[in-house]
Amino acid sequence: MESVEVLVAHIQGLSRSPDEVSHLHSLLKQSEDALRSHASRLAPFLSQLDPSIHTLGYLFLLEAYSSGSISGEEASGFLLTVVEFINSCSAEQIQLAPEKFISVCKSFKDQVMQLGVPMQGIAPLWMAVRKLQTSTEQLTTLHSDYLLLCLLAKCYKAGLSILDDDIFEVDHPRDHFLYCYYGGMINIGLKRFEKALACLHNVVTAPMTTLNAICVEAYKKYILVSLILNGQVPSFPKYTSSAAHRNLKNYTQPYVDLANFYASGKFSELEACIQTNQEKFLSDSNLGLVKQVLSSLYKRNIQRLTQTYLTLSLQDIANVAQLNNPKEAEMHVLQMIQDGEIFATINQKDGMVSFHEDPEQYKSCRMTEHIDFSIQRLMALSKKLSSLDDNLSCDPQYLSKVGKERQKFDFDEFDSVSHKFM
Amino acid sequence: MEGDDEAFDGAPMGNEEMFSNGGDIDDPRHTPISTLGKAGASGGGELMDVEAYASLYTGRTKVVRLLFIAKRCGNEAMQLEALRMAHDEIKKGEDTQLYHEVTARIGDRLGPQYALDQTWADIVDRRAEHRKEKLENEFNSYKTNMIKESIRMGYNDIADFYYAHGQLGDAFKNYVRTRDYCTTSKHIIQMCLNVILVSIELEQFMHVSNYVSKAEQTPEQLDPIMNSKLRCAAGLAYLETKKYKLAARKFLETGIELGNNYTDVIAPQDVAIYGGLCALASFDRTELKNKVIDNINFSNFLELVPEVRELINDFYASHYASCLEYLENLKPNLLLDIHLHDHIEMLYTEIRHKAIIQYTLPFISVELHTMAGAFKTSVAGLEKELEALITENKIQARIDSHNKILYARHADQRNATFQRVLQTGVEFERDVRAMLLRANLIKHESIMKSARKL
Repeated sequence: MESVEVLVAHIQGLSRSPDEVSHLHSLLKQSEDALRSHASRLAPFLSQLDPSIHTLGYLFLLEAYSSGSISGEEASGFLLTVVEFINSCSAEQIQLAPEKFISVCKSFKDQVMQLGVPMQGIAPLWMAVRKLQTSTEQLTTLHSDYLLLCLLAKCYKAGLSILDDDIFEVDHPRDHFLYCYYGGMINIGLKRFEKALACLHNVVTAPMTTLNAICVEAYKKYILVSLILNGQVPSFPKYTSSAAHRNLKNYTQPYVDLANFYASGKFSELEACIQTNQEKFLSDSNLGLVKQVLSSLYKRNIQRLTQTYLTLSLQDIANVAQLNNPKEAEMHVLQMIQDGEIFATINQKDGMVSFHEDPEQYKSCRMTEHIDFSIQRLMALSKKLSSLDDNLSCDPQYLSKVGKERQKFDFDEFDSVSHKFM
Repeated sequence: MEGDDEAFDGAPMGNEEMFSNGGDIDDPRHTPISTLGKAGASGGGELMDVEAYASLYTGRTKVVRLLFIAKRCGNEAMQLEALRMAHDEIKKGEDTQLYHEVTARIGDRLGPQYALDQTWADIVDRRAEHRKEKLENEFNSYKTNMIKESIRMGYNDIADFYYAHGQLGDAFKNYVRTRDYCTTSKHIIQMCLNVILVSIELEQFMHVSNYVSKAEQTPEQLDPIMNSKLRCAAGLAYLETKKYKLAARKFLETGIELGNNYTDVIAPQDVAIYGGLCALASFDRTELKNKVIDNINFSNFLELVPEVRELINDFYASHYASCLEYLENLKPNLLLDIHLHDHIEMLYTEIRHKAIIQYTLPFISVELHTMAGAFKTSVAGLEKELEALITENKIQARIDSHNKILYARHADQRNATFQRVLQTGVEFERDVRAMLLRANLIKHESIMKSARKL
């Protein structure tokens, strides 16, 4: 116990300046095991420390505490402690020991899930993610945990703020899979199908040497979402890993069949396919999405009609789209007009629908602003791309590789790669 | 060759006992009598004149065509006529296999004269055995003498023998073997022509194209008849491989010197028909005018089959109803042609679609009733066809189903451009983001790999 007290005293004393903090850090690292052995009795010591100033020490103690088993009554106390800590800790000190912070947050998340109150964990974890990130473009392990809590609590909008950040740096590829998968699911929940497709696409095409289960599940959803959005499943792009390319279809056979039936455009066949595979869809919890795929088939058939006809009777629409009667056709068309998917007017007296062109003239202020904004964004993006390219061409490893290949050429040629890299 | 003159006359040589040829032979406007006496094969109307048709050809192709007609036509009388003629032709030759086949098909419907004459077959077979032995002996002696020319002629004779006896595979092999022993371009051309002949019958059109190009590459200038033969063969090859535009071009380039020199493959009437139909189905308007209508050379061929000339002119002058009517009338007989029968449907739909598209081009709005009248179909059927064409983006129009009018629709370029631009922007952003992410992942992987190595 004295060691702990001594440690606490150290913490309190050495938390003023960055040098002291690094000294403290090394001390703490040495006493990790000691701390862990006293895990259950650390609670009172925590109250002696102020999380905002003594963040690092607090963190170590907290981590040791949480590594031990936490009993039921202590759980809520633990939760409160962690929440308070996260809210008031200092980000710089946390950066010194990120793994500890991550493990604290993970045990926090486990506790929250165990107690069945995921919503309570959302705000603290959001704060935690923000404090852990060095820049908004970095992906941390906590991102996926945060999104998981959002999904469980069905607070999809809360996940949006994190999702809207563009991620360019990834520390551990493993986090990336979970993050993109959950991100795709949240977007599906919010019916932002294009964004969902982009997220799931990232999972499916990520570089990997062997297939993992996340990828398989993501591919199933990918098929369904691309059917809803585009009516077809695109083939794998060139950069997909060969592991994914070869094996994904084997694990997702019912979905591939579904896609084939969808492509045939026959409603009855699609329904039959869904019926036969219903348990599989249910066990993957994809049945809701599958039902959406079914209704999108109607929409697609009706949309095709807008391309060929100026006016069409409701009866003909019902025939073409394989609906049962004109009333149903009218309902569908009405729904689509309201959703903005087609532009039309229904003439109930004659039972006719007139299709119009897209009234967007691209002349309004709003449209100009939108275009301008897009241009700015894209310019920033391409600047980023070219800076990355510049960095890479200065990278010594790259230069040494290029230099080696240059040796095959004539030495008389002016060699722009300096010899020291060869 | 018997029947040569009749083919060019206006009066067909009908077999009076079998069918009645309509009396309006000389009226050129009346559909569809031609020098071949073609007519509907099933039901009323005039039947195809099998004898006149067969008289256009010689050699194996005559027999093969007759057998095909017998197989395909629905009319028993015509079938028997074709089988009878095939039988007579085969008896002149030495192919016992075909003989057996024909007699089996005839059964005993034509009387005792056409029943299986086993003695004749045996005699022929024995003769063939002897000849084969003799040829082989001669050939072996040539081989030991190592004289190129005699070896070549030896292979040629053996191949001719196999061809006469219907063993086409062996004939093909032996013709190809003469290639190594050809010394002059004449030899090469002869070899190519032989190979082409056998390949056409074996329906291996890859070889046909190969050997046509081989023959055309000889340094010596080919005489016009040879040229025409090669063009026809090339055209046939393209036709069978469904490259209709190229086939049309080849047939149109065939010179009239072809005459009756290639009747063991193709008749000049066929050149007219194949060339005309393929051109209609695949050429655009300017090409049609320049290469077909104004083509003096080809008009010589078109003289032989006036319906084809009429229908091309009708199409160009937008008389679609009569054009399509000619086509319909020609159809039953064309279905009996060994080369064209499986392409008829496709060619006809192409021509029909072209007609519809050409009809709608000059108008802003077209009433579907008048259009249906011009094409002699119902409004509903026409609507379906138009819908299919619009979906394939061949017609830029929209159908007003309520008032039954077709409105031309010209895409608004400005709006379309804006849409495309925004779409491109979105895609670019998405792809670059994904790419940067992937690059980062790969970088981490490679860092981990090198960390593991260390």
